[in-house]
Amino acid sequence: MATATLAPALFTRDPGATLSPNHYTEVPYEEKLRLWEQVKADSRYSDYMYGCYECGICVAACPSARFYDFSPRKIAQAAGREDVELIYEQMNDDVWNCSQCFSCDRCPRQNSPGGLITILREVAVTNGLASSKKALEGYSRIVYKIMTTGTQVSPDMLQPDAFPDWGPDVRTVSENLDTWRRAMPPETHHTTSASWTVSKKTLTELYLIWHYSGVMDMIAQVDEGLHMIIMDVMEESLEEAGYEI
Amino acid sequence: MSLIPIEAIRRKPAPDPADAPTEDIRELLFELEDAGELIVQRVPEPYMEVMTKYGRTKKIPVEQTWHHKSCGQCGHIPGYSTSIFWLNRKLGLDYFDPTDQTSCTAWNYYASATSNAPAQAGVAVRNFAAALETGYFPMIHCATSYGHYKEVRHQLVHHADLRAKVRDIMGKLGKPLVLPEEIVHYSEWVHAMRDRFVEKQVYDFSNLTVTVHPACHYYKLIKEDAIYDPDIYGGERTATVSAMVMALGARVADYSTFFDCCGFGFRHILVERDFTRSFATQRKIEVMKEEANPDVTITHDTGCVTTLDKSQFSPEAHNRKVGIPVMSDAQFAALAMGAHPYRVCQLHWHSTDNRPLLEKMGIDWKAAWEEFSEDLARIERGEIEYLTWEDAGV
Repeated sequence: MATATLAPALFTRDPGATLSPNHYTEVPYEEKLRLWEQVKADSRYSDYMYGCYECGICVAACPSARFYDFSPRKIAQAAGREDVELIYEQMNDDVWNCSQCFSCDRCPRQNSPGGLITILREVAVTNGLASSKKALEGYSRIVYKIMTTGTQVSPDMLQPDAFPDWGPDVRTVSENLDTWRRAMPPETHHTTSASWTVSKKTLTELYLIWHYSGVMDMIAQVDEGLHMIIMDVMEESLEEAGYEI
Repeated sequence: MSLIPIEAIRRKPAPDPADAPTEDIRELLFELEDAGELIVQRVPEPYMEVMTKYGRTKKIPVEQTWHHKSCGQCGHIPGYSTSIFWLNRKLGLDYFDPTDQTSCTAWNYYASATSNAPAQAGVAVRNFAAALETGYFPMIHCATSYGHYKEVRHQLVHHADLRAKVRDIMGKLGKPLVLPEEIVHYSEWVHAMRDRFVEKQVYDFSNLTVTVHPACHYYKLIKEDAIYDPDIYGGERTATVSAMVMALGARVADYSTFFDCCGFGFRHILVERDFTRSFATQRKIEVMKEEANPDVTITHDTGCVTTLDKSQFSPEAHNRKVGIPVMSDAQFAALAMGAHPYRVCQLHWHSTDNRPLLEKMGIDWKAAWEEFSEDLARIERGEIEYLTWEDAGV
């Protein structure tokens, strides 16, 4: 039967059978294959990829597909076909457009293109791809905030030059910040440099998690300067608590 | 303009949990506990029982709750978390607001990918272990934390190698590998307690038209934990938020992009906001305005309130059809029960004009703002250091 012979050809890795128009020819196929093998080796991969019906339901639900040249279906198809060239292209050109809302999880085949993208991004960061560094330009202060304070954003980040499109209210908040933060009943909210008060012991434990899980190595790959700054903060705190890393 | 009442969606029979297409993760948790692999923290009594997507029953603790706070809520829209605490106090319920809590760090995980599975699971389990130490049960304020913790739970249950790594990290921290029996979002508590809220309601909301935006990470990410009810949207959509709004007497109006996300995008809201702003305006706010013209839109997550509210300034400057106040279900319920709009709901942190809404609710915002301005003056004069719960009437 035609379909029986067609199916294996579609889902077998073949360096010549790529749908990538770009190819990134300066990067050897072996390097692209190495990165793809890292994606597949991630324990989450088997939870996110089961094969693609190519029905397009994920695209219909996807917010990023409406505003970017982006398709979660192409992500799932490329993974299903193990199209190493196209996956490399997506890892550089597409994955940072994803909104990570997981609207694509309505897939009738139970795929999670959004979950696949999480892994593709992680492999891009871990391997220091230039595209990942570019995508994270301007994001360093957020990584610093979450890794050192244990909270993602803080009230003192509400500055007019950072959020000009949010209107003049941001200036009002920043000008009255200290008083406004005192004018709320929960004691944990009386802070301006973190979302809430996080105890020192808690932060020490968080720093240990970053170290033991290999996250600090990832940061070093994507931003060496940021890595040094975070290490300084953490080492001081860990030493104080009697830990040696 | 034709308004579609959500009651128009026909009721379907409740699903039979025996036909559920997914495993009951709680059974697997208990099996792992029996095998000595982890500890399961039980939902404390008393608890409420609600139905989830596939007809299973979920336990929602009434009190003894450990409040896992949200970065964006506490940082940028603090009336959100303050209202959750106020509701607990108003009902006289025991809760705990810990400093031994970090962010779930999932906003960063979904935005920058500068993390990995063992780190994310480690952060989750550290927080769960901190809750266990206090005897209070985790109540998750953020829908992304809620969704991500469900992902983490799935990964820990199904991947022994990840369990081993996390157990090793926790061992170095002197903590056990522990997961709660249920992952509970605060809006599920709000949903379960809605009749108690109605008993203490002081304002009539029957003249309000409300649109509801459900949070993606609440009901799309590991979807089987979300609350459904055959009497709300015919059981076709999550009942969380909508059922509470209806219980308070307001009219919930449908709109055609109900299932769309808000446009938050995790990295986009911080470094690529043109996408966020465009999506929030064109796919959510303008559609709501055109199809339902609501007095307010109510949602149940950090990112959704922020995105839908803050994104309206720029399009308004371009004369787009925007101008819908945005707040959380907790703030909405607190207002209905007489909470101060500024001391408790902290509505001055929101951008879209909510004063016409307050007037329609019957709340004298001018008098309330004068009171709050005096509070601020007392703080600035050094007469008081902070506002207290006594100042907030609970």
